Amino acid sequence: MLANADLDALFLTFKVASISTVLMLLLGTPLAWWLARTTCSWKSAINAIVALPLVLPPTVLGFYLLVLMGPSGLIGELTTWIGVDTLPFTFPGIVLASVLYSMPFVVQPLQTAFASIGEQPLEAAATLRAGPLDTFFSVVVPLAKPGFLTAIILGFTHTVGEFGVVLMIGGNIPDKTRVVSMQIYNHVEALEYNEAHWLAGCLLLFSFTVLLLLYTVSKTQPNVQQLK
Amino acid sequence: MQTSRISRLAITLALLLFGQASWSATVLVAVAANFSKPMTEIAGEFEKATGHSAKLSFGSSGKFVSQLKSGGPFEVFLSADEKGPEKLEQAGLTVPTTRFVYALGKLVLWSTRIGYVDDQGKILETGNFKHLALANPKLAPYGIAAVDVLKKMKLFEKLQPLFVQGENIAQTYHFISTANAELGFVALSQVIEKGKITNGSGWIIPDNLYTPIRQTAVLMKKGAKNLGAAALIDYLKSKPALAIIKTYGYDLAK
Repeated sequence: MLANADLDALFLTFKVASISTVLMLLLGTPLAWWLARTTCSWKSAINAIVALPLVLPPTVLGFYLLVLMGPSGLIGELTTWIGVDTLPFTFPGIVLASVLYSMPFVVQPLQTAFASIGEQPLEAAATLRAGPLDTFFSVVVPLAKPGFLTAIILGFTHTVGEFGVVLMIGGNIPDKTRVVSMQIYNHVEALEYNEAHWLAGCLLLFSFTVLLLLYTVSKTQPNVQQLK
Repeated sequence: MQTSRISRLAITLALLLFGQASWSATVLVAVAANFSKPMTEIAGEFEKATGHSAKLSFGSSGKFVSQLKSGGPFEVFLSADEKGPEKLEQAGLTVPTTRFVYALGKLVLWSTRIGYVDDQGKILETGNFKHLALANPKLAPYGIAAVDVLKKMKLFEKLQPLFVQGENIAQTYHFISTANAELGFVALSQVIEKGKITNGSGWIIPDNLYTPIRQTAVLMKKGAKNLGAAALIDYLKSKPALAIIKTYGYDLAK
């Protein structure tokens, strides 16, 4: 059965994933919109940077974050300057890492959805004197709904499944950084296969259910394959 | 004349290509992370002395035990404790009577800050630090020893909320060396150079504060037929190897 420590890890994981997903939507939506519309020559470079976590081993990201967020790293000096603690081994640190790591899973579906809307609906909205914000929320968001759904689900589930980065900057602290993938790893390494089975089973069931719902609910199939 | 020259050439080539393999073997070795520096040195000397070569993998002892139980390919296992090799022996995965203690591990409380850690460990009581790094006691013997020390000093409950755990002692070292954790428990071998702690400050913890770290080596059944594996086990007991082990601050088993 699941022990208290396992339940704590599950709860923490969903907390990290929820907060990260909200942050990724807030940051990723304007970014995806800009990437879908711009003709700026920096576009390719920004696209490449956003997609980097897809190809980089999580250990690379984890290593850089550990060094950068440490007391003598750039981010570390910034956080000390504002007067907060350095980020490794903290909940905000894990959230920041998750946002960086899962960002392409949010930006790319949104970007594709925005691009496929085309000019016509936007021009129609403009002739009806809709302002840019109005156009975005009354025209773009409804049209891009499947993209948002895919982005939310992929962003959330990918954060739930994150392991390598947390392993490197987490420090395995209960209720703060010991997410469920860490806890499973701990169980397996300590030869506690029974506990590992329970937790791994939960995660498998969760992931399958979410994807099943996604494919059932959305009439237009989300382009999960397109990402990899 | 012509044919004999060709056949001589063929024999030479065959010797070069295949002959080598018969007396110089490659050994796959799983090494507890704390022993990575000395073992790299020992492996170099071992190659020079015997012609065999050792391929080293570093990690936590606990992880290696679970890998070896599931058919991991390692032929020699240098654990950081005694329990791991014993478990493997009970599971019938080792060559009987090859198990021996190759070193007694030394625990040190260490920080990159100069003058931060005093030579009595008073900093643990008085220090205003935010993170105390140690290896995960579930996986790494040096983590168990660190917990021993804190319990003996009656500081375990107080300091537990500040714990950050490395998956093995090498990761624990990185947490401290990047200054993300102000101080922590690592293996003396990681911070010692020519018999001294050269970087930052450290407290070499007295033996009576923790259960001895009896680092045990064993020959796995996978390596039973590999001449190089048996040679490595022997070499670990040789004078040059023992000398290297000592320079990294380990005690030798009596």
